[in-house]
Amino acid sequence: MNLNLKKESLRKVNETLQSIDRKSNKKIFKISNPDGNHAICAGLKDEIEVTIDGHTGYYCAGMNMNANIIVNGNVGTGVAENMMSGTVHVKGNASQSAGATAHGGTLIIDGDTSSRCGISMKGIDIIVKGSVGHMSAFMAQSGNLVICGDAGDALGDSIYEANIFIKGKVKSLGADCEEKKMNKKDQNILRSLLKKASINESEIKNFKMYGSARKLYNFNIDNVSEY
Amino acid sequence: MCGIVGIYLKNKKYNSQLGKFLTGMMNSMATRGPDSAGFAIYSSEKKKKYKYSVCSNTDQVKEISKKLSRHVKDIKIKSISDHLIIETAMKPKKFIEILKNHEELSLVGYGSCIEIFKQVGNPKDVVKNFSLEKFSGSHAIGHTRMATESAITTDGSHPYSTGEDECLVHNGSLSNHNNLRRSLQKKGIEIKSMNDTEVAAGYISNGLSDKKSLKETLLDGLKDLDGFYTFISGTKNGMAIVRDEIACKPAVVAETKDYVAIASEFQAMAHLPNVNSAKIFEPEPGKVYSWGK
Repeated sequence: MNLNLKKESLRKVNETLQSIDRKSNKKIFKISNPDGNHAICAGLKDEIEVTIDGHTGYYCAGMNMNANIIVNGNVGTGVAENMMSGTVHVKGNASQSAGATAHGGTLIIDGDTSSRCGISMKGIDIIVKGSVGHMSAFMAQSGNLVICGDAGDALGDSIYEANIFIKGKVKSLGADCEEKKMNKKDQNILRSLLKKASINESEIKNFKMYGSARKLYNFNIDNVSEY
Repeated sequence: MCGIVGIYLKNKKYNSQLGKFLTGMMNSMATRGPDSAGFAIYSSEKKKKYKYSVCSNTDQVKEISKKLSRHVKDIKIKSISDHLIIETAMKPKKFIEILKNHEELSLVGYGSCIEIFKQVGNPKDVVKNFSLEKFSGSHAIGHTRMATESAITTDGSHPYSTGEDECLVHNGSLSNHNNLRRSLQKKGIEIKSMNDTEVAAGYISNGLSDKKSLKETLLDGLKDLDGFYTFISGTKNGMAIVRDEIACKPAVVAETKDYVAIASEFQAMAHLPNVNSAKIFEPEPGKVYSWGK
């Protein structure tokens, strides 16, 4: 089914996608002329496939559950923010706060993201084939952020229990973020994530892992003078 | 919030459509700044002539024309909505002094190729009032305002121009503008309003008058201007964009072989020719990008 945003209102298009008749066989949708509109495909909850042909604005695929959303273009701030499950695949670049606060699902970005990618992530898997901007994985609580390129300043600042896997250079680490030794279990996690994004598994050896030093969020009496 | 937009045409074949392009950009940014709007248009330079963009609170154009011609020879006045574009060979220093005697007129900008228009109201109405669609030129910068730092008045609207053929639009706010205003005023830079952006414009004028390039001045600004901002600054020769190091305030650039467009959001440029095949990127924090002759 084709949905043309030049002909139909954004609200109408989103309503169509949000109220799928589960008995019907209509599972594949295409959105044309997104023209940078905000909140395209926000709040989908069924197992459908939506392809967006063009660039989108803010909060594309926000709060997604179950749906598989493909964007043939760039996305604005907060793509897949608060996603619960499903897959969002961006073929271009993403702006700030990609995958922010998302609880689950997979976000794949073929290009780069700007700052705060995976901010406060709570269980999502994010795979960025390019580089990420500053303050990425800020206060990340759970889930995995895979970066095939480089990271900007303050990577993983105040991170909790999320993992960061990175192939390229880290400009600087944020507070309480440190390099970790990758064990078999971590390697398996990374392997399955690379597979999801169709990246060659042999790349695993080129990745480093970062996580929390756990010195910040558990108050430590030795640091009392810092407060 | 505020919306900022800019367009620089590399291919002259689009010059006659500059106003049309900017109208679409400003209209789609109306949601980011519904209080007031303004824009600066750069068209071809008139040798030995100056254009003074003036906001007037009277519609008595003939009267004004008569009054001004007592002091100024070869005066040509074009009236659009509540603005007048006064063209004369008289040099700025002298003409600005004359304008000071006319309380009903307030200068919004001047130069050999710049024209500036700004007004309180929804951007969609403002661009209509000034018939922006009909303008042609080489580059243009626009702003839609959601007021934070000073009152909703024409004086509080962008673009700000504190020097010949210069202009600045700003999304964000500055926290050290009071101190900076005082030190710039001591150096003789005229800053009329209590607005933070006008101080930044004054800072740029000061840098340019010290023979620094726009790029150098904006780089210095990263140290001296405290706050958060995305700036688009225009001069006779082109335009530049800079975002502060934290880069909270958005900006997208689309570049094709024919033009460079900047906007707060991509949707502002969705109507531009071949934009879907443009090189699209977000300016990195703390880096100055400039385009021009």
